[in-house]
Amino acid sequence: MIPWIGQPLPRFEDPPLLTGEGRFVADLTGDASFLRFVRSPVAHGRIVSIEAPEGITAFTAEDLREVRPIRPLLHRPDFRPIEQPVLASGKVRFVGEPVAVVVAGTPEEAEDAAEQVFVDIEPADRVVSAPEAIRPGAPAVHDHLEDNMVVDARFETERVDEVFSGAAVVVDFDLRSRRQNALPLEARGSVAAYDSRSGRTTLTASVQSPHVVRTVLADLLGMPESDLRVVVPDVGGAFGQKFCLAPEDVVTAWVARRLRTTVSWVEDRRENLMSSFHSRDHHYRVRGAFDADARLLAVDADLLCNIGAYSCYPVTCGVEPLMALAEFPGPYDFRTYRVRSRGVTTNTCPMAPYRGVSRPVITLAMERLMDLAAVRFRIEPSEVRRRNLISEFPYTSATGLVYDEGSYVESLDRAVEAVGLEDFRRSQAAARAQGRYLGIGLSVFSERTGYGTSAFAARSMDVTPGYETVDLAMDPSGNVEARLGASPHGQGLETTLAQLIGDRLGVEPARVRIVHGDTDRTPYGWGTFASRSLVIAGGAARLASDRLRAKLAAIASAELEAAPEDIVIMAGRATVAGTDAGIEVAELARLAYHSSHRLAAGMDPGLTATATYDPAGTFSNACHVATVEVDPETGGVRVDRFVVVEDAGRLINPMIVDGQLHGGVTQGIAGALYEEILYDREGNILTTSLMDFLPPTLAEVPIIEVHHLETISEATITGAKGLGEGGTIGAPAAVINAVADALLPLGVEIAEVPATPSRLRRLVSESERNPA
Amino acid sequence: MAPGYYTPALMKPAPFDYHQARSVAEAVTHLGEYGYEAKVLAGGQSLVPAMNFRLARPAVLVDINPLDELDYLEEDGDTLRIGAMVRHVAFERPVTEGPTGRLLTMAAHHVGHLPIRIRGTFGGSLAHADPAAEWCVIALLLDAELSTRSPSGGRDIPAGGFFQTVFTTALEPEELLVEVRLPKLASHTRVGFQQFSRRAGDFALAMAAVAFESDDGRVANARIALGGVSDRPLRAGEAEQALEGQPATDESFRAAAEIAALEIDAIGDIHGSAGYRRDLVRALTRRALEQAIAA
Repeated sequence: MIPWIGQPLPRFEDPPLLTGEGRFVADLTGDASFLRFVRSPVAHGRIVSIEAPEGITAFTAEDLREVRPIRPLLHRPDFRPIEQPVLASGKVRFVGEPVAVVVAGTPEEAEDAAEQVFVDIEPADRVVSAPEAIRPGAPAVHDHLEDNMVVDARFETERVDEVFSGAAVVVDFDLRSRRQNALPLEARGSVAAYDSRSGRTTLTASVQSPHVVRTVLADLLGMPESDLRVVVPDVGGAFGQKFCLAPEDVVTAWVARRLRTTVSWVEDRRENLMSSFHSRDHHYRVRGAFDADARLLAVDADLLCNIGAYSCYPVTCGVEPLMALAEFPGPYDFRTYRVRSRGVTTNTCPMAPYRGVSRPVITLAMERLMDLAAVRFRIEPSEVRRRNLISEFPYTSATGLVYDEGSYVESLDRAVEAVGLEDFRRSQAAARAQGRYLGIGLSVFSERTGYGTSAFAARSMDVTPGYETVDLAMDPSGNVEARLGASPHGQGLETTLAQLIGDRLGVEPARVRIVHGDTDRTPYGWGTFASRSLVIAGGAARLASDRLRAKLAAIASAELEAAPEDIVIMAGRATVAGTDAGIEVAELARLAYHSSHRLAAGMDPGLTATATYDPAGTFSNACHVATVEVDPETGGVRVDRFVVVEDAGRLINPMIVDGQLHGGVTQGIAGALYEEILYDREGNILTTSLMDFLPPTLAEVPIIEVHHLETISEATITGAKGLGEGGTIGAPAAVINAVADALLPLGVEIAEVPATPSRLRRLVSESERNPA
Repeated sequence: MAPGYYTPALMKPAPFDYHQARSVAEAVTHLGEYGYEAKVLAGGQSLVPAMNFRLARPAVLVDINPLDELDYLEEDGDTLRIGAMVRHVAFERPVTEGPTGRLLTMAAHHVGHLPIRIRGTFGGSLAHADPAAEWCVIALLLDAELSTRSPSGGRDIPAGGFFQTVFTTALEPEELLVEVRLPKLASHTRVGFQQFSRRAGDFALAMAAVAFESDDGRVANARIALGGVSDRPLRAGEAEQALEGQPATDESFRAAAEIAALEIDAIGDIHGSAGYRRDLVRALTRRALEQAIAA
């Protein structure tokens, strides 16, 4: 199995998880007391009083005065900061906002006690939707922002109006993406333990970025980071929802310190749906100008994002509108672009990045643009794309993003072939003759991944993430430990990094232990999000491995009396190239520690190496194809086939890659057809159980067929690109384009996702009443 | 105590008292004592989640799971007698020959997911009276008769008078549903069952159950029952009448489905408006009738 890179090794993470040996926050509460948050039942209002009956331990914002509010910052003129107190102070701004916290011996007693806390709130007028929030005279969610505008960013190249007025065809449409919840299987939670001996506090939390949590806790609680330790045990899914700071985690740490004890907070599903972060509540208006050959000349887009009641730390609520602005052009070659992208605050649950962030919606918009153009030009949707996809690299987009080598056209061609487009068109025509509506939809997209400090700095973030550091050590037995600041939680990084390191150091991956998720044990890092860990932590692991390998080679060359460059390290042995002379790697390791007097002069004993990697970023690309059947009488959609042609550069572990795609596509199908957080006009959330918020089950998801291309670019030192979000980014557009294709004979235009049965049925019946 | 197990006082629901009944008489005594404060725990597949969300807050639970005397399925001449504690899963294979057993099987496959079918009970479903529950629609279609026991004796209630509105039936607080009697359909009856739900196993947004005879190519004894579209299961009486004596053709079915869609008092929720529910009734009624004639 050498090299290990490219092998579909079973994941080292799986045996404990599959045999009930997983250890999640709720398994680690020990003898902790339990917290339960009292949450606001109204969307907007002034807190008149909060009363807890005698005998109940409860804390409110009054008690937490010394805790600073969460204040996520971007340093740019088109961003206006808003603050969030960790417990509502003076005012409540969304249903589910934590108002008070109670402490009890068990979760059940805490829940009973929380019900007895009486919160008197004087309701105020509220705003729920983004269009409502920007209307003149709308109630202000934050007093200092009368227009509710938090982000108002613009970008414009020259000659936009001129290009539109000279265009052969202008396609314009509206698109509304409803709100989703990332819905990790394990909801949020933490255990905070105060240690009276050391004065330190340990927060064991279900999060994606332990060091960032340590920093912000220290900032908000006013204490040095050295007095805090953040530990991340097994995490049952996160998808971005656990990347941004949970105010509840801050309160949990504060209560532990205040009571000098151990306390735990474990969220239930209702709280998760109501009060954890939401995402993707966007309203777009899009125009595209085409020449007579269906070449896209220009795009003009107005993007409006509902960011909820507060901004998320550390990325801020600018993350969705600003990513949408910068990455809207996707994989298409056009030079003329105008965009206004706004983020507005409303009396709803705050938003945070969710797998794909803005890209599932902007990809849907660009891919609808391509399909609508295909209809206007009466050509195959694949052909419009072929004429417009970027094909020369590096390519610099209208907004200045540099795309490294990819396979945009090839992925499209391969997908069209894999799905059998011509055969499908024949069966589609035959089905239509029988009154059945089949459709096919394409989605070609780029996925910006593995971007480091320079890319985040371009957003002017107060907290600028990007690099990762790996500390590597081979112990005297020849086993390897790699400690990282990345914080995998289901991505299989313990396996893939072991493969990368194992190849460089000539040891089996099973002898490489990956240590993560503990700020006392790992170098400062940014955690796992934005499809970055394999690229960046993997790059750092590769660099550190190279350094350690060089030292092993140096020691071996002295022992074997050969030049260091002639030493080959592989399969547990260091040998002199072209000879039988060799020595076990484990023997070298023992020597480095236990016979250091034999090391060359100036060489330190031991085998450790540290490296940091901070790349500019790389673009993966893919083409998704869905085929569907729509029942026009019920509005029901069945996804029959789903084909993915993915190019994520060099595959370290193809099985893990396929798993990422299966999960991602499923979440994309969810966004296209099923999942939707709903509020009523008063700002009450209507979808607080899994009877109302509907993730698809295996019965609703077809077999996902995955094909790979491997374009190796120079953008990363391992040749690997990220792909954690691609499935979710591409799938909604493929599914919605397929549904639109199926209903094309009925003249139906889909302007809202998810395309639920009742929405589709309404479109069909409107077209029955008013035939085009 | 092993981790993960809670004492009855420590649970996700709001606090409540719990009584395990050892006989129907004992259960009824408890119900008589606690009245509105009590809820009967049968399969618990609706009640327990509602309690965990603290939407249902009974002060007292009367658990009738130990009552084997209510777990029976008996054929009694032209009647199928179903004890209240028979689990949904029992109907996955035909429990009686002919169209009645077939129809029950068709409906059973749509009841929730397997774990729900293993725990949930026929009687519990009727007493809970979710308007989208398959068994409520079937009971109405087949003109079931429901027997109760109470401290003062008991009574028989026809299905037509049993379902009042969402989660509300003719049952008095001290009354326990003990048996449901289904008059069996004539052996040559044709049956159909169609439903539409967002996902496999979800409560239906609408469902249609039909039964009719068509020995000479004309429809006789037409019955159409609908679920999930209103505050209770409904019979589409006008559509049934319109079908009576008509040729069993697509055209008649289409016309009857149209009448059914218009005659009902549909209600909307977050998954679909009243108008959408009517559209579903139109499609599902027609498809159920076509399914029945094709079988």
